Amino acid sequence: MAAVFSGAPPQGGPGYSFKQTPTAASASGERQHSFYPYTDNGGSTLGISGADFTILAGDTRSTSGYNINTRYAPKLFKIGGEGPDNKGARIVLSVVGFAADGDALKERLDTIVKMYKYQHGKNMSVAACAQRLSHILYGKRFFPYYVHAILGGLDEEGKGALYSYDPVGSYEREQCRAAGAAASLIMPFLDNQVNYKNQYVPGSGVGHELQAREAVPLPRTTVEQLVRDAFTSAVERHIEVGDGLQMMIITREGIEERYMPLKQD
Amino acid sequence: MAGFDFSNHNRNAALHAQGVPLPKATSTGTTIVGCLFDGGVVIAADTRATSGPIVADKNCEKLHYIAPQIWCAGAGTAADTEFTTAIISSNLELHALSTGRKPRVVTCMTMLKQHLFRYQGYIGAYLVVAGVDPTGAHLFTVHAHGSTDKLPYVTMGSGSLAAMSVFETQWRPKLTRDDAVKLCSEAILAGIFNDLGSGSNVDVAVITEEKTTLMRNFITPNTRVPKERNYKFPKGTTAVLNEKIITKEEISKYVTVHELEDESVTATAEKMEVDQ
Amino acid sequence: MNHFPQAWGRPRDDIYGAYDHSHFQTHGPGGPNQHTQRPIVTGTSVVAAKFKDGVVIAADNLASYGSLARFTDVKRLRKFNDQVVVGFGGDVSDMQYLNRILNSLDIRENYSNPENPLNAKNLHTYLSKVMYKRRSDFDPLWNHLLIAGLDGESKPFLASADLLGTTFSSPTLATGFGAHLAQPILRKTIPDEASVANVSEEEAVKLVKECMKVLFYRDARSMDRYSIAVIKSEGVDLKEDEKLENQSWAFAEQIRGYGTQVN
Repeated sequence: MAAVFSGAPPQGGPGYSFKQTPTAASASGERQHSFYPYTDNGGSTLGISGADFTILAGDTRSTSGYNINTRYAPKLFKIGGEGPDNKGARIVLSVVGFAADGDALKERLDTIVKMYKYQHGKNMSVAACAQRLSHILYGKRFFPYYVHAILGGLDEEGKGALYSYDPVGSYEREQCRAAGAAASLIMPFLDNQVNYKNQYVPGSGVGHELQAREAVPLPRTTVEQLVRDAFTSAVERHIEVGDGLQMMIITREGIEERYMPLKQD
Repeated sequence: MAGFDFSNHNRNAALHAQGVPLPKATSTGTTIVGCLFDGGVVIAADTRATSGPIVADKNCEKLHYIAPQIWCAGAGTAADTEFTTAIISSNLELHALSTGRKPRVVTCMTMLKQHLFRYQGYIGAYLVVAGVDPTGAHLFTVHAHGSTDKLPYVTMGSGSLAAMSVFETQWRPKLTRDDAVKLCSEAILAGIFNDLGSGSNVDVAVITEEKTTLMRNFITPNTRVPKERNYKFPKGTTAVLNEKIITKEEISKYVTVHELEDESVTATAEKMEVDQ
Repeated sequence: MNHFPQAWGRPRDDIYGAYDHSHFQTHGPGGPNQHTQRPIVTGTSVVAAKFKDGVVIAADNLASYGSLARFTDVKRLRKFNDQVVVGFGGDVSDMQYLNRILNSLDIRENYSNPENPLNAKNLHTYLSKVMYKRRSDFDPLWNHLLIAGLDGESKPFLASADLLGTTFSSPTLATGFGAHLAQPILRKTIPDEASVANVSEEEAVKLVKECMKVLFYRDARSMDRYSIAVIKSEGVDLKEDEKLENQSWAFAEQIRGYGTQVN
């Protein structure tokens, strides 16, 4: 029963008193089916930042209900750079959730970053871009972009920078973040394998004296392996994740793009 | 007391009205098919069981035994398909014993539809019933509300349209056994790859006058790729705040303890995959 | 005390009674505008597939009024120019509105820029922005569109846009019922972008016609007369009065009842 009563009052409606029986909302008794402007296109994304790189990854499946819209719809976008192919870009945005909002958000941020270069004659820093993205999201506070965004790049010191957002613009710089349909499957894995949560140094003490294993920036090959393992495992247990894995690795040299097929069932 | 216990109904209805979600049942959001051929009948199913968007079982069995020559593929609520087929299997066995004849597929189908109709769709079992009896090979579908169909080829579950697209383009009368098996597997594969509710492997059962051949995992097109890293933790990684050792002698007071002859042998039926 | 925060500051139902919603009329005279909230006259699936030097697209000629087969000669494929065809599923009045928009766009483009006509990619971008704008205004155009043709490099282009502004592209696409019934058939022959190069025009046309037949068998809102268009660099070949061929209803003769009936 504990799962049914989470402690919080039941959500989704004014049903706040057990005395009150639910009543029909309309006066005339007829109920209008109103247009719902959102949908969920499934899929999952994740980002991990290292000492001198940031990796963003996302599957390429787009779904609606039990259907596959397409097996190749990228969720990773280069932001800034030159022209429609974003040549020379150093920032990557990943969006998951409602794909139409994701595309609209991507286009707005891309335009802003390009205009910044045009008007100021220098590239926008990741920190500035990250804050701008937060403002864009909060600008639609009462009709939100239904997406979970992750922004990746390199900071002013050349260290890997990763920012994650909620749909209304609350954001935070992090070491790693998983978003989307399989976020609840991938995030605990990342906590354990990237930040070594719940891991202790064997024999370093007894009881509370036991030393927690200290997190260190991981080498690139290890991070790539973790990303691939995270996705091949998410594919096994989440029906909306699959078809292909797109990865973007941002380094001092530029953005390296990779693709690998995933299971299609 | 026999039958279902409804004593929690009023409480649950009140909770639901307040916005508490109903408990989620494991559903076999499924592709199941059946096809008659010259001399018998084939049924097939995928092996994915889901709970919402999560895969609950990657290799479950959706082909249920009813009688030696009557089998059933089930879609819908997993528990309902299992218990409904089990109770009808049991009653059909008793019926066969009392009449001294082989059970007939129509009998099975009629018992199923009457059972399901009585519960007005609340038993969420969607079945493909197939078998061979002294009157020949038969194939039916039974819906949760109790309606039935008798057709040369049938599909059910969330992948039914994907599977039906295969039948509507490739089916022809008087198939051979092998062609029917191939057609049914193709239909299941269409479900596996186009319907998110279906996935993993193809199970097939062929029923002829002589025997039933169950081909478990007939096609396995979705084997897992090996993991790139090893996730075995060194001993002592997990924090221990408290330790209490219960000796074998102590626990023997409450349960029976069996010694395993080998350390590597686990007592469970299905072994879990572990990194070495 | 009531421990539900949602209740704080509200009139108590046990004293004042439940809130009477009739004081807050959401429709009728003086209320806010009501937009299209549901489709009325509708078209069903649109089916399309890429092949090595173009795209095939098809849709039947039926416009349904609920379950009534109301108009049986409605053309749901629209040639935009020599390299783009748009297929419409969903509300027919919204389709006709979009048709008018496309006409004026075409005229505008022909005046301002006759040398470089809009290609399929351009038109898809345009239409998806129209759709997304309308959904953001809570006044959606109740359609699911397929845009078929050639892109800026004269390569086959096929993409979709729906009433929510969602867009995606794939070597084969189908809307509505076709997404369930036709896509599995199409994907078997054309599973990915790489396989498009191995598909000839004849194969693609045959494949799409096969899909139209399966849809006629199983979609209760479909019919056996349809339009089909082939878009290649040579231009658009649009046929608007095709009839399904080689239907097979042979199995029907064998069927007796639904259960215990024998003859």
